[in-house]
Amino acid sequence: MSRASTAPVAPPVAPPKEGVPVQGGVGTSALRPDGVPKVKGEFAYSSDMWDEHMLWGATVRSPHPHACIVSIDITDALKHPGVHAVLTHEDVAGRKTFGLERPDQPVLASERVRYRGEPIALVAAAHPETARRAAEAVHIDYEVLQPVTDPEVALDAATVALHPSGNVVRHIHIAHGEPDPEADVVAEATYEVGMQDQAFLGPESGLAVPDGSGGVDLYVSTQWLHVDREQLAASLALAPEEVRITLAGVGGAFGAREDLSIQIHSCMLALTTNRPVKMMYSREESFYGHVHRHPARLNYIHGATTSGELVFVKARLVFDGGAYASSSTAVCANAATLCCGPYEVPNALIDCYAVYTNNPPCGAMRGFGAVQACFAYESQMDLLAAKLAMDPVELRLRNAASTGTVTPTGQKIEGPAPVAELLTRVRDAPLPPPGSPGTPDIRELPGGVSNATHGEAVRRGIGHAAGYKNICYSEGFDDYATARVRLSAPAGEPVVEVHTAAAEVGQGVATIQLQIARTELGVEAAVLRPADTSIGSSGSSSASRQTWMTGGAVKTACEAVRERVLSTAAEVLGAEPGELYLSNGLVMSLELGAVYSLAELLGDTVVEATREYRHAPTSPLDANGQGNAHAGFAFAAHRAVVDVDVELGLVKVVDIATAQDVGMALNPQAVEGQIEGGIAQGIGLALMEEVQVIDGVIRNPSFTDYLIPTSLDMPPVHADVLELGDPGSPYGVKGVGEPPVISSTPAVVAAVRAATGRALRRIPMRPDDVAGLTDRSPAGEAPREPR
Amino acid sequence: MANETTISITVNGRERSSEVEPRMLLVHWLREGLGLTGTHIGCDTTSCGACTVLLDGTPVKSCTMFAVQADGRALTTVEGLQQNGKLHAIQEGFKEEHGLQCGFCTPGMMLLGAALLEDNPNPSEKDVRWAISGNLCRCTGYQNIVKAVQYAGQKIESERSGAQA
Repeated sequence: MSRASTAPVAPPVAPPKEGVPVQGGVGTSALRPDGVPKVKGEFAYSSDMWDEHMLWGATVRSPHPHACIVSIDITDALKHPGVHAVLTHEDVAGRKTFGLERPDQPVLASERVRYRGEPIALVAAAHPETARRAAEAVHIDYEVLQPVTDPEVALDAATVALHPSGNVVRHIHIAHGEPDPEADVVAEATYEVGMQDQAFLGPESGLAVPDGSGGVDLYVSTQWLHVDREQLAASLALAPEEVRITLAGVGGAFGAREDLSIQIHSCMLALTTNRPVKMMYSREESFYGHVHRHPARLNYIHGATTSGELVFVKARLVFDGGAYASSSTAVCANAATLCCGPYEVPNALIDCYAVYTNNPPCGAMRGFGAVQACFAYESQMDLLAAKLAMDPVELRLRNAASTGTVTPTGQKIEGPAPVAELLTRVRDAPLPPPGSPGTPDIRELPGGVSNATHGEAVRRGIGHAAGYKNICYSEGFDDYATARVRLSAPAGEPVVEVHTAAAEVGQGVATIQLQIARTELGVEAAVLRPADTSIGSSGSSSASRQTWMTGGAVKTACEAVRERVLSTAAEVLGAEPGELYLSNGLVMSLELGAVYSLAELLGDTVVEATREYRHAPTSPLDANGQGNAHAGFAFAAHRAVVDVDVELGLVKVVDIATAQDVGMALNPQAVEGQIEGGIAQGIGLALMEEVQVIDGVIRNPSFTDYLIPTSLDMPPVHADVLELGDPGSPYGVKGVGEPPVISSTPAVVAAVRAATGRALRRIPMRPDDVAGLTDRSPAGEAPREPR
Repeated sequence: MANETTISITVNGRERSSEVEPRMLLVHWLREGLGLTGTHIGCDTTSCGACTVLLDGTPVKSCTMFAVQADGRALTTVEGLQQNGKLHAIQEGFKEEHGLQCGFCTPGMMLLGAALLEDNPNPSEKDVRWAISGNLCRCTGYQNIVKAVQYAGQKIESERSGAQA
């Protein structure tokens, strides 16, 4: 990875005065605090939770995507030896429904099921097998209904309403600029994105422990402890303080742990049986037990002048939200507001819908609405470039957004927006050597050893794409994070202890918090307390926001601690606090150098501060979709080089070059890890990853049939990391996690189009699409480009 | 339970015997019988490899083996990589090279790496990619896993040449 600073970072608050930099502070590739327990196999994931007296929970799920429940008979299940409880909707003590944005999803279905796999009953038993057997003995009579599985049908007023509010979860209309502008050249096409799974490796799991006085402690893998607790307390009819949640080890998240899975269910069983209850989904159940990335159908019309200046974008986007709302309203907002791409678009007319169907519920996945839109708008830029007979990168450069660009919602981009520079960097990155002609090593061919040819039909293609993403929560949401920082010297050495509820899901927010504490207080010994609900909320580990938000809270709390320490020192010394600073365990004076050891100054005192951090406020969208809805934007560009066997339809991604502005790389190694991991998921969406849903039924709920890129599918990644400094964030950071997954997908598709000459308007592309045996591009588009 | 049989398996150098049903999976015996929870269950279908252990030095996926099939043989799990309180070079590699994020695949990946290095102490990037291609990682994009294995190979080599010098 190379790093480049082409503009100075402009931190909003002055950093501590210069001293010898502390080991493991910001800007270093400090090692993860969980690294050693993880390599020793000692790190306790939620699936490792154990109690000698615990019971195992199992879930009874609907086999139908749409049905009325006529009756539920638990008699036989209760008779199983070893069964301690069988619960239904009647046993939900409080609110019968839950949901991230609106509580529309039954904790346990009572009258109607709306997707295949919807929970209806729960069992607790002494052994997991007993629990599963008893679950099979819960007899449910259904009146099976026709499932609504096409979102366009769901939008039809004549279609049955799946919820009292109708089938539209949200509609956003954006009207920007002239209503009917004229363009010299027009490109129109329709695109489709399949349903992607987050496919974290650690299954949904956790342990609920009753406290004996009506409350419960839950150890669970999640992304947002406090929003879990709010929903749990409501449905369990408990006060929030009676529900205490501690983050158990999280085996990946990527959005799939934003919604509840086992949380309410395990607590219900624990409170009923007065025993600890463990729940752990199998991989198949996991496919039913969490939301997926929204499938989408996106119709676009781009208009431009003959010289390639964008005149307008008109788009109609339909997102299949599945049976329940989850975070569909926010996904819809991201898709709508970002759907013109990181370009100057003077006129835009957008309609974006999120719709209820009887498909599996969809919600958060890395990229969150920006992914589907980017595939379509970047495909459109290529289509437009072809119509203009212009180089696709040149067309993008001509229209690239920059600081001051006004987005289609009327929001001016305040921070750096180096779209042209990112594109230029990936375009100019060194190309991999050409594939060797003659008799190649078959393992190097697209498809590897499954390639039955000698590579005579292998063609190389190159594609480019750029994308952007809002960082943090949008649309006026009160987005904040809380941190408590304690400085003490228990054994004659200064130690800083940080406590937040930020969910470490693998991304590295635990490391970042300690790095910030070390730098701000000049103390190397920094420890992190387990994330739990005994401290205020940190918000979710999503929207690429934790480094900015929880990082901001830790920094602010450290500043408060530092101020108190320095004013104490100033008093003792009869100096001005402004003349003093902390460095490597010492109180330093600008004039005199080291004047105190921090441990000596602290003695037995503990200096503690708790602070909340908020980013600058955002606004809701008005009726025309106008408003400063987003707190900040992050940008990336990708270039993909692929080899395609055009006869077999097999694709090998040879090389990915990327450039991304991260604001400031607080931990360069972690930044690199986020970029490479995100690109793997982007390549997966382009080429292989799809939850295949037919008539509301998932046909491939396993890792045998849901394909994820392996080490052989992943090419080398060359990352060019820019650190241009966002003016509105701590240290100038931007989020890192999402941009890599957004424009990598369209870059790969563009490269395959270049190699094959095919339209390829649906992802993931299948071999038969690539080979031209089928064309699953949605209807209603312009004819195929000539080969 | 009916039909139990006694097995005896050397796990991380220590002989462990117990009564098991023949249908018990090796991964369940390790996790729930011995409490060795560093061996993970990710997929149930031999696809992800989070359950990888070494059987007489060869990587196997313990979710697709019965415990009785390992009777009389020697197993290494992640808990057995460390020797005398000192991390194995492969553990050092994953820690130092950011070869892990969520860490769920890490035990399996490290055991694959350790087995590879036994045969090939100086693997190329391609060698490592092939060796780990049967296991899945959802976080890293594999690049730092490759680096971690190569780091370990170099470390083992330098220690070996240091010992010979």
